[in-house]
Amino acid sequence: MLSHLRPAFVSMGLFTLLLGLAYPLAVTGVGQAVFPAQANGSLLRDAKGAVVGSALIGQPFARAEYLHPRPSAAGNGYDASASSGSNMGPLNDKLIEREKTDADALRAESPGAAIPADAVTASASGLDPDISPAYARLQAARVAKARGLSKAAVLAVVESQVKPPLLGFIGQPRVNVLAANRALDARFPKGG
Amino acid sequence: MTWQGWAEIALTLGLAVGVGWPLGVYMSRVWNGERTWLDPVLRPVEKAFHRACGVDPNKSQTWFGYAGALLAFNAVGFLFVYAVLRLQGVLPLNPQGFAGVSPHLAFNTAASFVTNTNWQSYGGETTMSTLSQMLALTVQNFVSAATGATIAAALARAFVANRGEGVGNFWSDLVRTTLYVLLPLCLVMAIVLVALGVPQTLAAGVTAHTLEGGEQKISLFATASQLAIKQLGINGGGIFNVNSAHPFENPSPLTNLITAVSINVLGWAAFFAFGRTAKARKDIRALVAAGVLLLAAGAAGVYAAETRPAPAQVAAHVDTSVNMEGKEVRFGAPSTAAWAAMTTGASNGSVNGMHSSLMPLGGAVAMFLMQLGEILPGGIGSGIAIMVVMALLAVFVAGLMVGRTPEYLGKKVEAREIQLSMLAVLIVPLSMLGFSGVAAVLPEALKGLMHSGPHGLSEILYAYVSGTANNGSAFGGLSANAPWWNTTLGVAMMLGRFVPMIAVLAIAGALAAKPKLAPTAGTLPTDGGLFIGLLIGVILILGGLQFFPAMALGPIVEHFQALAAVAALH
Repeated sequence: MLSHLRPAFVSMGLFTLLLGLAYPLAVTGVGQAVFPAQANGSLLRDAKGAVVGSALIGQPFARAEYLHPRPSAAGNGYDASASSGSNMGPLNDKLIEREKTDADALRAESPGAAIPADAVTASASGLDPDISPAYARLQAARVAKARGLSKAAVLAVVESQVKPPLLGFIGQPRVNVLAANRALDARFPKGG
Repeated sequence: MTWQGWAEIALTLGLAVGVGWPLGVYMSRVWNGERTWLDPVLRPVEKAFHRACGVDPNKSQTWFGYAGALLAFNAVGFLFVYAVLRLQGVLPLNPQGFAGVSPHLAFNTAASFVTNTNWQSYGGETTMSTLSQMLALTVQNFVSAATGATIAAALARAFVANRGEGVGNFWSDLVRTTLYVLLPLCLVMAIVLVALGVPQTLAAGVTAHTLEGGEQKISLFATASQLAIKQLGINGGGIFNVNSAHPFENPSPLTNLITAVSINVLGWAAFFAFGRTAKARKDIRALVAAGVLLLAAGAAGVYAAETRPAPAQVAAHVDTSVNMEGKEVRFGAPSTAAWAAMTTGASNGSVNGMHSSLMPLGGAVAMFLMQLGEILPGGIGSGIAIMVVMALLAVFVAGLMVGRTPEYLGKKVEAREIQLSMLAVLIVPLSMLGFSGVAAVLPEALKGLMHSGPHGLSEILYAYVSGTANNGSAFGGLSANAPWWNTTLGVAMMLGRFVPMIAVLAIAGALAAKPKLAPTAGTLPTDGGLFIGLLIGVILILGGLQFFPAMALGPIVEHFQALAAVAALH
């Protein structure tokens, strides 16, 4: 057993240098040099160059003139330094109450409309950047009213933001909430 | 359920096997010391490694010497991870300013990463510094995966040996698997992932000023490099708390496809590599077929479960076509179902949706696939090794039925091999059910549960099943960062890792010493449909029946509660 100690310690040291330092630093070097935007978190900036968010990370929206994201269990909602799902089991009472409350609020906003599931369910990450196209369309009337626009004008922006599944069958169709809201602000600058 | 969903699941599972085949041929060449196209670059590195270690890589070890080297290497790795985590607060590259990790969490995490489990009682972005992620966790992601591969290489050699003594050299197998297989694949994959949006930076994060005027702190890490080995090495420990559900770890359906395939690809590759090194390609293809059938059934089961009406969505009168709690919009039911099966069939444990929020039967399938012993395809090498143990038990059962001494791949299977095989497969339920039984009545343990009733029992059972199987996924409602959970789960992980490994190496030693026999008319063919059926039967009886009572009280009773709740709401 003692004869194994030298190779055990030496190889651990060498592996640490190679795999713990050289490998991640090499990938960091290549990533920062070749794909700097992605390597630094796909950040989005406003006209002045200030960071307004990440193209990949959902952020909270509560104002009527913006599309709203899904419920979030990350911190106090969309805390991108503490990702989390609700982890509630399918029969959890709090889950059932939460979904009922959220659905009732949406029904008050759009009476008689069918409500998609993602509108009232918390995502796995708590940072889901997307909503379903159905949930985006559901919100178009509210957004249009708040911005003093026609529903068709808002729907046109929403439809332009729908991303289809890869090759038609991998993943799901979706609308990136931050991108769509930025598109709304860009298309209708005076709104909100 | 849609045809698109089925097509996506079939493509994901199929790609892993299809790409695993050629990679397995390459892996076998690496194990056998044959020439590879990377030799000009890596041969000098390999030689320098062995010179520094004072090792003669061509000297074959007995199974006992091989096991001793394996344990010594893992013990040093354990101490190293423990030390780095405890000292994190005073070490450099800690832009997050995190303090040292508590003793019980450091013990649990060291056990977890050394055993290739990657159970995480902590949230990555709130606990681990950049240095800890790189130096302690990424390194173990590589070498724990390579350690698993070594036992398959040793066992494969035992089947071709004729009255031999040695099973190969542990140091050579470890270094070659790491340098020739894992490192080049990870380099390529990490850079592809960065291109597709996965961050790779030493900065701790940025603060964004949101459209509505709020502030959002966004954590960043050297994510892509660790993500690549976390998937390819079948480790599964997320850089972020929510693992591959986090948009930085898995930004799009394309990254999801790539990372899902990479959960299983090297596991299947090790099957094919075993077949080539043991000169038993057809027999090992039968093991692949059995594994693929079971895994596909598991994925279909989760997909079917997740497209049943979820009680909360029925109560809220919203769309009930998919249970969306704990799922990401870009993935939906098919991506999440394929991933859930592949991550639990392999000993990976990364998740792209929250298993605790799966429908009861979806969670049950995830648990069941782990209970089968992590052989579909399991970890790199550790999966095929236990699958061969299952095959030994299957030929033994068949031998009992016809009254002949069973043979497998030209070796007589006798009492010693069967005793060791039973040790390897029985330690697993002993740890899973034993710890769960104690935790279910211990107030100290029950404090950590989020749910009471059947879902609470599932939280307990899932934790010990996942830990012992070296999987690492969880029902995340459990608050496991407490002395009881960290300590017992750490012990469960080590029992589930090292007892079967030593048993496998002892089997390799016993088989290597036997003469290699030519098949006769009385030998049970082990490459056809009959044997595949027999093997699946043995796997299901071993994995299924032992756990049925516990599962009946957890997810199965919860399933009937969900049916009743949905019926009452209609």
